Amino acid sequence: MKRKKLIGNIVRYALYAAVAAFFIWAISNSYFDYIFSQSETFLVLLRQHIVLVLVSSLLAILIAVPAGILITRPKFKKAEWVFSNIANLGQTIPSLAVLALMISILGIGFQTAVFALFIYSILPIFRNTVAGIDSIDKNMIDAAKGMGMKPHQILFRIELPNSAYSILAGIRTAVVLNIGTAALAYVVGAGGLGVWIFTGINLFDNGFLISGAIPVTLLAILADYILRKVEYIVVPKGSRRIEKA
Amino acid sequence: MISFNHVTKSYGEEITAIDDVDFTVEQGKIVVLLGPSGCGKTTLLRMVNQLETITKGEIVINGENSKDLDPIELRRKIGYVIQSNGLFPNMTIEENVMLVPDLLGWSKKDKRERFSYLMKLIGLDAKDYGKRYPHELSGGQQQRIGVVRALAADPPVMLMDEPFGALDPIIRDKIQEEFLQIQREVKKTILFVSHDIDEAIKMADKIVLLRDGKIMQFDTPSEMLAHPKNEFVSQFFGKDRAIKGLSLHTVQNLREVIGLGPVDEAIQDTKTIHVHQDLRNTLSMLLNQEADQVIVKDEQDENIGTITIDMVQKYLHYEIKGKMSASQEG
Repeated sequence: MKRKKLIGNIVRYALYAAVAAFFIWAISNSYFDYIFSQSETFLVLLRQHIVLVLVSSLLAILIAVPAGILITRPKFKKAEWVFSNIANLGQTIPSLAVLALMISILGIGFQTAVFALFIYSILPIFRNTVAGIDSIDKNMIDAAKGMGMKPHQILFRIELPNSAYSILAGIRTAVVLNIGTAALAYVVGAGGLGVWIFTGINLFDNGFLISGAIPVTLLAILADYILRKVEYIVVPKGSRRIEKA
Repeated sequence: MISFNHVTKSYGEEITAIDDVDFTVEQGKIVVLLGPSGCGKTTLLRMVNQLETITKGEIVINGENSKDLDPIELRRKIGYVIQSNGLFPNMTIEENVMLVPDLLGWSKKDKRERFSYLMKLIGLDAKDYGKRYPHELSGGQQQRIGVVRALAADPPVMLMDEPFGALDPIIRDKIQEEFLQIQREVKKTILFVSHDIDEAIKMADKIVLLRDGKIMQFDTPSEMLAHPKNEFVSQFFGKDRAIKGLSLHTVQNLREVIGLGPVDEAIQDTKTIHVHQDLRNTLSMLLNQEADQVIVKDEQDENIGTITIDMVQKYLHYEIKGKMSASQEG
């Protein structure tokens, strides 16, 4: 036990040291200067990035959660594997290919990027919604039915609260992935922090690369943190322990 | 009152799950559906609250044909308890118990009053347990909550599907006693599924013994033990059915038929037994201890006599075997 803890601590502090060393190296080479010297451009790119992620994630949530609920209704149960496979297939296509395909249909710009990101976010949310609802004990649903609850009461009072953890975890995964993938929006001319990252790659300019990449990373960490807090508030106290176990 | 009138359920042409079942659960009585697994007892139970469909025949609940009733309304008027208590983990104990009253639109005050009454029935503190979540309770407590949840809206009829099946023997015994105590107060009409012969004998006013969806015998426990109608029934209850039958008789019954032995004050270390305890327990007590008698105490804890193995045997002969041989002759 002690040994395990010791190794854990060593790894953790080594990691902190590496991060600190990276920042010292980056700052000493003034790689973050573009953020301050071109702060207007930076803010525009940051805003574009956030808007891309927000719009595509919200659309994905609005489609995937209801779709997951619908597919778990007894009537559609048989069609579940069809939809799951379609959603899985969507995920196997490389993100660049999705972007390239969308250009031929939607042209270049904001809408193409949003659509590609949206397609990409659907699967984790859909799959976690279905898995969360399916994992509810059938006896519990049977008891609810036997007590005279109507189907919508079973959905809103039993199924959704008890699968909230799983659904929110799916949303969190999707959003965090989305923030990273949104850097590719540059390729279809939709802006975002990818602009600086790709500029940096093309010009061999670490300054642009790091001024673009580090904010994307921080954004992903921040989103993860906020969504975990939301989980804590939304998931009912009684079902929280079960999900952890 | 629940009446099954020639109820049949079949899947297609080939399979008949329930075959022409016909019996009645009288007002305020417990009828236990007993039988080996796959005999259709749970299906039969679930037909009452329309979780299963009926192919032929009808079920009449308190004078109304279940087919004419709206399933949602019907289910809210029937208490339903299942084996794995079915409590909802996202709701507190109070929310769980008061779910049906809530669906029926009871006022906050009525719900609160009813909740404290019900918790008093099972001896749990309403204030303390109300705010807890199901996972914070022991298995026995959860099952008790499952039972009072079914009683919440004071339904005249209750369906219980192996409600105590998942509990360990000691707790099960205690909760069975507790439940019979509650039943004496609330007097519900109860249909109870079990595969445990001892449980059936203990809980039932009448037993329906099923096999492959057919009724083998519908009788009181003592009749069924004494007069098994056919080979299946006598085999099902086993060769020791005479001993099983002893749990239907108390020391008091024996006292009335053959009296008790005198108390010998010289013997000090003999165990004692209460006059209301059943003879099966008394017999095992006698077999387990070295002395050949136990002292019987009455309600005031006074010694009123002694009981020996011979006396139990004699009683068994008169009461149970006597009935059995009479039935074989007839």
